[in-house]
Amino acid sequence: MSIIVDKDTKIIVQGLTGKTGTFHTEQALAYHGTQMVAGIHPKKGGETWTAGEGAGPAAGTDLPIFTTVAEAKEATGANASVVYVPPAGAAAAIIEAIDAEIPFITCITEGIPVQDMVKVKARLETSNSRLLGPNCPGIMTPDECKIGIMPGSIFKKGNVGIVSRSGTLTYEAVFQTTNEGLGQTTAVGIGGDPVKGTEFIDVLELFLGDEETTSIIMIGEIGGSAEEDAAQFLADEKKKGRWKPTVGFIAGRTAPPGRTMGHAGAVISGGKGGAEDKIAAMEAVGIAVSPSPAQLGKTLVNVLNG
Amino acid sequence: MNIHEYQAKALLKSFGAPVAEGVPILDAAQAPAAADQLGGPVWVVKSQIHAGGRGKGKFKELGPDAKGGVRLAFSKDEVLAHVGEMLGNTLVTKQTGEAGKQVNRLYLEDGADIDRELYCSLLVNRETGRVSFVASTEGGMDIEAVAEETPDKIHTIDIHPDTGVDADAVAKLNAAFALDGAAAKDGATLFPILYKAFTEKDMSLLEINPLIVMKDGHLRVLDAKVSFDGNALFRHPDVMELRDETEEDDKEIEASKYDLAYVALDGDIGCMVNGAGLAMATMDIIKLYGKEPANFLDVGGGATTEKVTAAFKIITADPNVKGILVNIFGGIMRCDVIAEGVVQAVKDVGLKVPLVVRLEGTKVEEGKAIINQSGLNVIAADDLDDAAQKIVKAVG
Repeated sequence: MSIIVDKDTKIIVQGLTGKTGTFHTEQALAYHGTQMVAGIHPKKGGETWTAGEGAGPAAGTDLPIFTTVAEAKEATGANASVVYVPPAGAAAAIIEAIDAEIPFITCITEGIPVQDMVKVKARLETSNSRLLGPNCPGIMTPDECKIGIMPGSIFKKGNVGIVSRSGTLTYEAVFQTTNEGLGQTTAVGIGGDPVKGTEFIDVLELFLGDEETTSIIMIGEIGGSAEEDAAQFLADEKKKGRWKPTVGFIAGRTAPPGRTMGHAGAVISGGKGGAEDKIAAMEAVGIAVSPSPAQLGKTLVNVLNG
Repeated sequence: MNIHEYQAKALLKSFGAPVAEGVPILDAAQAPAAADQLGGPVWVVKSQIHAGGRGKGKFKELGPDAKGGVRLAFSKDEVLAHVGEMLGNTLVTKQTGEAGKQVNRLYLEDGADIDRELYCSLLVNRETGRVSFVASTEGGMDIEAVAEETPDKIHTIDIHPDTGVDADAVAKLNAAFALDGAAAKDGATLFPILYKAFTEKDMSLLEINPLIVMKDGHLRVLDAKVSFDGNALFRHPDVMELRDETEEDDKEIEASKYDLAYVALDGDIGCMVNGAGLAMATMDIIKLYGKEPANFLDVGGGATTEKVTAAFKIITADPNVKGILVNIFGGIMRCDVIAEGVVQAVKDVGLKVPLVVRLEGTKVEEGKAIINQSGLNVIAADDLDDAAQKIVKAVG
């Protein structure tokens, strides 16, 4: 098993015809034939997009372009969408997917105005859609489905569930668990923006419920209190007897307070969101927090070997 | 992006918020006319820098007994004396660091008869995903200390984007501030105005500390601190014009031209990384091996060769940098693009310090080949641990 996505996931691409959308859709098609089924463009409905060399064995694949998400869903039976639309229009694209009742929406776009996301969040609350991101690398189930921008070559099918606020640190965790021979069930990048869809807790709940996932790596960073909330969630579940060996890491131990570190969300402000509090909360539940981002895989191996 | 208090007040005034009359002073020669225009009998002379704690701050050039960065004056002569002492000198507050900030602008304002000082701010509450008011009766002081010592005196009131500040929200805010009579009536007008300004201008923080109840029972915005969401500036050209680049680090301004996320730090190992999390983790691991990072630098996901070259130049321009660590895990970012950028930059500006490069991910073989064939004196690293140890050793 895996969580959220597998070989049966059918994906619409919002922003397919742009450079980024094209590059990563080709990469997805090349990755074990991920089912990319259609593209959306308000003015190019009826046209066809053809995968280039980047799609490897899937080069030459034609995808139909529709004017709206609703039409594309109706015609293809898609159950997921991925948004590569530039920041100014990205929130509207997410809302269009919510209105079309797409069950799972991933938004890769970086730099969406935060108040646009406030409006998206309010819409999500009254819908049945799940949003991953924005400003995230996406989600991957090895050998089955690649949504987003993660490099497929570093993955290996296995038993570790990975969830991370940071894109490139997700890759570190994947790479290191592959090198240790453990592999992954699913890797989920939830993104670094302050207002987003899926949170740590949502993903941890799914990993705890997934039989094939036997251990978890959770990567957080400074800012906000999502890691503390996640630690509290795991503590509550542990009392009910639900627990899986978990390794953690928090980026930003050396970041000075008050300075935003790239992500709009990565800032220690008002004395909250510092790394030490998060690490203490995680360790209190029994999460093995790695002091070094280079030791995620080895720390997990040590935990599993008891 | 931050703006000065006087700019924030002018903006709030344009939305209809009650602020005192005031005149910005950029040159001491403007002071007499400004003092006459306001007329007294009480003036406030306020330093305009992008940092808090101005009232308790001290000017470096003046003695320890000199007054702080916000001063009261009871005569025109006193106004002029204060302007003479403050303008051009360096104010050190708990937020500026020891170096302080040069005061290039003052704001001269009408004094107010203060009855009570309140704390009011708006921000995006990441826990609820809403715009929230933070309200407290304990204004005029350090709100972080209030939060620490008496958290029950701080109220957070979420606003739903579909309803805005409705009667229910106004009632909650008036209760949180303990307002009644004229002040409560003022609140019913002011709170929706503040919310409108916050949302229409894409602010990330609007802090009024203090919001005052005057002796006549009315509300007034006595201080205002506004930050804007950098991601939304593209739709606010009027806000962009308020930017004061003299308040920002030169290297950070240069980086922002290339859309690079850069923060200057105090150490001696320059870092160039893709992704904010990995960039922070790279800083952390340098520290773990006993050194300090000179900067945070995230080249982002869609960097071009030109952008990477610019990033490399910004790092090498910092005289404190004794070694450079390039750490790239390519997903959206291709390792060959990074490699070409680094090679180009070294050709342009030369390389006087050790350079360790760690590449992994998309197009990693092509990237490594470009570095190897360049003939540059680059130390290659296999993984993050290896890279950090090698740069720390090379810097010595």
